[in-house]
Amino acid sequence: MFATLVRLLGDFDLAEEALHEAFRAALEQWPSEGVPANPRAWLVSTGRFKAIDAIRRRARFDPLEEEHAESLAAEAPAEREPIDDDCLRLIFTCCHPALAQDAQVALTLREVCGLTTEEIARAFLTPPPTLAQRIVRAKNKIRDARIPYEVPAGPQLAERLDAVLRVVYLVFNEGYSASTGNSVTRADLSAEAIRVGRLLVDLLPEPEASGLLALMLLQESRRASRASASGDLIRLEDQDRSRWNRELIAEGVALVERALGSRRFGPYTLQAAIAAVHAEAPSARDTDWQQIVALYDVLARLDPSPVIDLNRAVALAMRDGPAAGLAVVDAILARGELKDYHLAHAARADLCRRLGRRADARASYERALALVRQEPERRFIQQRLAELRS
Amino acid sequence: MKYLCLVYGEEQALQAMDDRHCVAYDEEIRGSGQCIASEALQPVSTATTVRVRNGKVSVIDGPFAETKECLAGFYMIEARDLNEAIQIAARIPPAQVGSVEVRPIRPIRETVRAMQKEEASHGVR
Repeated sequence: MFATLVRLLGDFDLAEEALHEAFRAALEQWPSEGVPANPRAWLVSTGRFKAIDAIRRRARFDPLEEEHAESLAAEAPAEREPIDDDCLRLIFTCCHPALAQDAQVALTLREVCGLTTEEIARAFLTPPPTLAQRIVRAKNKIRDARIPYEVPAGPQLAERLDAVLRVVYLVFNEGYSASTGNSVTRADLSAEAIRVGRLLVDLLPEPEASGLLALMLLQESRRASRASASGDLIRLEDQDRSRWNRELIAEGVALVERALGSRRFGPYTLQAAIAAVHAEAPSARDTDWQQIVALYDVLARLDPSPVIDLNRAVALAMRDGPAAGLAVVDAILARGELKDYHLAHAARADLCRRLGRRADARASYERALALVRQEPERRFIQQRLAELRS
Repeated sequence: MKYLCLVYGEEQALQAMDDRHCVAYDEEIRGSGQCIASEALQPVSTATTVRVRNGKVSVIDGPFAETKECLAGFYMIEARDLNEAIQIAARIPPAQVGSVEVRPIRPIRETVRAMQKEEASHGVR
């Protein structure tokens, strides 16, 4: 309903106010007059009229508003406009690349997921006034620069869908592995991201939307096993795989297969395919590392990044042994882009450890420790260091 | 809605561009009615900056801000919304070597006119 009102009124604040007024009217009228046949339509149309009234009232003070009210009143709303389309429009507006990335995330959580400003501020460890200001600034830009309320068509769709998927995945990751702070998971944010992911797959038959949903479901399937009761991180190879959520895995795997079958898949689908190989393996040793390295090869071609190269090197070490992996990791570190990335040093340390090069392993773990920001990961590295010293 | 597309870039890179491409695009969007005004600017070495402080005019050689990328030209366009404006801006040839800043136009004359109308009607009462 909110999304529909935003379309009809062309303004977030006006739509919020209108919906509020419509609910107030319903509370007054429904008990005595009975619930209308289509309550949703009643609320939308009541909200729209309340908003036009409000603008007309304001028009007495601002002549520009008069024109606005009359143009809104003249535009008869198209009957039976599908509500889902409005929701999709809202997502694309909130994730418009002309808005700052952090504003896209905040707006999506607030307007699409319905979280309060305080909830979002808490989740991102941002002071509420800062977050509120970010949202106000974004709404002002939507209005003043006239960011349209539409799902882009044709060649623009692919680019813009990328921006939407990036925001959804950012929200998921913030919930899955908080970038700072003391908790490994903040489940609410991940649940919201999955909810929006499902919505996208339902409304937009794009393979990458399926790929992203699959990726999130497959990562989510491991949530229960990736941290110990005391909040310590458990690595993939050490996780109790009987605790992985088979239902989520089945859903994720089916989505990956569908996306791969389309032949228009992208990086999210490939990452999901890698996650699916892990999900279907009985143990780290009995994982199809050949397949994983091959998928990373395709991914590195499609979406070159040093982090993907690093992950590929780790998979290579599982396939061909730690010495082969270490040579590649050292080459990546020598390139310099990942020299401040704690996981690159942790990966090197682990390979050195497996090769029995304890001094090198220690040095790399210490480098990783100096760079790590998340508490559970810090504890994990400290534990490894302690094992090496003993 | 009107948008001003400000074309920025490093002068050397812009000078290496073929003027004919720029003029061809200009003719195309003027023909479609989407361009209201457009001009290319002389190099930034010809810029003069004027300020008035305490009633005194100060004139300084050079641009308002020294940056590597400087203003090289502008297009005033008419677009339905920001999405259309972005599409038009993306096809401005120097966008390939520099940047195009897209700024919505503030209807300042309309606002002032509406204020004056309002004041006048109060005066009548």
